[in-house]
Amino acid sequence: MYTLAFETSCDETSAAVLKNDTVLSNVILSQYFHSEFGGVVPEIASREHLKSIVEITEKALKEANIHLKDINIVAATSEPGLIGALLIGLNFAKSLALSLKVPFVPVNHIQGHIYSSFIQKEKFEFPFISLIVSGGHTLLIEVQDFFRHNLLGTTVDDAAGEAFDKVAKMLGLGYPGGPEIDRLAKKGNPDFHKFPLAHIKNKPYDFSFSGIKTSVLYFLREINYIEDNNDKLTANICASFQKAVVDSLFLKAKKAAENLNIKSISVSGGVSANTGLKEKFSSLINKGYRIYLPEPSYSTDNAGMVGITGYFKYMHTNDKAIFNDVTFNSRAMPRIKYEAV
Amino acid sequence: MKTSPENIIISKSEKETIAAGKEYAESIKPGEVIGLKGNLGSGKTQFVKGISSYYNVKDIVNSPTFLIVNQYEGADPATGKKITVNHFDLYRLKFKEELETIGFEDYINEKSICLIEWSRLAEEFLGMEFREVNFDFGEKETERIIKFTKK
Repeated sequence: MYTLAFETSCDETSAAVLKNDTVLSNVILSQYFHSEFGGVVPEIASREHLKSIVEITEKALKEANIHLKDINIVAATSEPGLIGALLIGLNFAKSLALSLKVPFVPVNHIQGHIYSSFIQKEKFEFPFISLIVSGGHTLLIEVQDFFRHNLLGTTVDDAAGEAFDKVAKMLGLGYPGGPEIDRLAKKGNPDFHKFPLAHIKNKPYDFSFSGIKTSVLYFLREINYIEDNNDKLTANICASFQKAVVDSLFLKAKKAAENLNIKSISVSGGVSANTGLKEKFSSLINKGYRIYLPEPSYSTDNAGMVGITGYFKYMHTNDKAIFNDVTFNSRAMPRIKYEAV
Repeated sequence: MKTSPENIIISKSEKETIAAGKEYAESIKPGEVIGLKGNLGSGKTQFVKGISSYYNVKDIVNSPTFLIVNQYEGADPATGKKITVNHFDLYRLKFKEELETIGFEDYINEKSICLIEWSRLAEEFLGMEFREVNFDFGEKETERIIKFTKK
């Protein structure tokens, strides 16, 4: 079974080809642009994405050594995302499915992140706790079986990745700030300063990262950071800030696993590449936990994760005829529907 | 605490900022676009939480910085009609043409309101000026100065 998949919900335009649950190719426009055109990063959801989707598709097929006529199902992100961006991939994918006379599978972007942890990995088992941490999302989900998801908590303000980027900006570091903070944190003292983390009353699995951002802001003012800073100080602040965010993510995910008596945790999304976060979760392996982490190339938005999710969705849906009907019916849904996650 | 045009209020806590948003929402008409201006952590998202609570939005309101727009479904208490609250952050956009490709105009209609952080590009794109709410830091860590401009 060959799947051709697309992701265009926000910044990225990406196409992937899969053989069953194995990703054969995963082409991402910004990376492709980067290598082919020497560092030209395309603007968000721009016309460039619309123009390039054909080229990206051809490249994905070529890398996988598969012809378009061999494709058995087409999948694309249908929700949530920017309406204009979603429509580029969705309409292209639907038209392609129709012309190839193959089923079309609409995929929820968040679900894509859940299953991204299992691309090119050994077999996984249900149930597991899924922690999705990116610039846009911070979600804690109980995954009971294929597409039986129970949302436990989310951020009530900023996403974890956003907090990393905003603090990096305050410290005058480059963008994206997450990897930069991660790099500097390794040289700093995590106990240099205790940045407080908000607890949300009666909601043990919800996150809040807005307070820590403000707390860093006031701390920098207090020590007059702009006028008087050095590499050691910056590293110490990075390490202390990272520890606070990582601890919050880790403790809530661990608490969910303990309370629900689940021994497997998946951590995905762009922030899952953070060294501190990976180390923290990996420490649970000695205590009998299974930890699932995606390969870095599948942690940020990509079509590979849409492909594996579309493939699983198709295989685990009894009435496959619905995927022939949805070609025209399937609409882009910009809103994140937590009940659908 | 009165939030009529030209007013300035001093909010002493996140709770008060949320309450100010809820009160301000009474003045918003369906189809309206409002600019929210202020630095990181100055209370814009809290204010949107207040506006959303006026429309009885059940979802958790969180930051749109990375996703560019978050949508929430609610109802206008004045008419009982459904209304969509679109919360934008255009910080990551660089060109006004990008608004066209994200489908910006599709979000503006009589069944929704748009609340826009970093709204300059949207004003250029639509060729109009929005009613604005400005957020600034007060003397104390939790204090915020909220300014309302008339149209």
